[in-house]
Amino acid sequence: MTELYVLLGLMIAGAIIAIEVKNLLSAVVAVGIVGLGLSIIFLLLKAPDVALTQIVVEIAAVILLIRATLHREIAQKSCGTRPFGAIMGILFLGLAVIAALVTFSSGLSPFGEPLMTVSEFYPLNAIAGTGATNVVSSIILDYRAYDTLGEATVLFTAVIGVLTVMRSVGKKKEEDLQENNE
Amino acid sequence: MSKEHDRGMTVIVKTVTRLTVGLIFLYGIYIVLHGHLTPGGGFAGGVIIALSFMNLDLAFGGKISAKIFSKGSTGVVEALGAVMFLALALIGLRYGGFFDNFLHPDGDPGQLVSAGIIPLENIAISLKVGAGLFGIFLTIIVLQKFESEKK
Repeated sequence: MTELYVLLGLMIAGAIIAIEVKNLLSAVVAVGIVGLGLSIIFLLLKAPDVALTQIVVEIAAVILLIRATLHREIAQKSCGTRPFGAIMGILFLGLAVIAALVTFSSGLSPFGEPLMTVSEFYPLNAIAGTGATNVVSSIILDYRAYDTLGEATVLFTAVIGVLTVMRSVGKKKEEDLQENNE
Repeated sequence: MSKEHDRGMTVIVKTVTRLTVGLIFLYGIYIVLHGHLTPGGGFAGGVIIALSFMNLDLAFGGKISAKIFSKGSTGVVEALGAVMFLALALIGLRYGGFFDNFLHPDGDPGQLVSAGIIPLENIAISLKVGAGLFGIFLTIIVLQKFESEKK
């Protein structure tokens, strides 16, 4: 478990550096550290599917962020401290700690023993039920295919939104074009 | 920025890309086709395929990658993937329910051709995710080019 805490510390340090550093490119690299650490944590927790997806999506996101931030001047303005935000942050943190203390006062269930026993069903029955030796794949594409359909819809909507909002050439009504020509 | 994007990067980057981009593309196809046997699947494989196209675009400049896969065709391929995924789900209605695994008993577990419609769904998702991500990438680059030309 120690390696998990080392990686978590590295990720927190990366996140803080990403916020505090002045150079945008350095900030993007620091965000990449967070993604890489998360991927290694997934691998250590024996979830190779999620680790693979995480590292691949992280690479794509870092490339996009570098393309979006490189050679771009961001206007800077000085700002004072905001006491209201700090007070609200401490208040919500305190409420979260109190809620956690109340909820987990009887203790958490030990690591590797989930509360819901439905997860035992899939490893025992997936190969006979679907024929897929990768149990994760059999869950997301057979037992829980509705979730995958919803996820695909979310991605579809996101792509449509980006292609529509960020296009470089817009459409105009024909009447407006004629008015402009006259 | 726009000039750099048109010409691509240095000779070193171009040579290394020429050697490796095919391997990255093949690895993506392998991850997709073996999604029901080994870790991976449609989403991860689709992103790897999109990354190989991004690699081409960054190393050689926009003109060469636009010849292979333009912004218009990304939308078509993405819609094709979505329609294929929904069609597989709807065919299942005839056999017992939405997303029914109607091909299931064919093939032994562990073989490449097995697990019923799961490999087909993996292929559909990889088309959707790969084309969608590459479309977003192209859109952001085109927008940047437009901005830098305006300056």
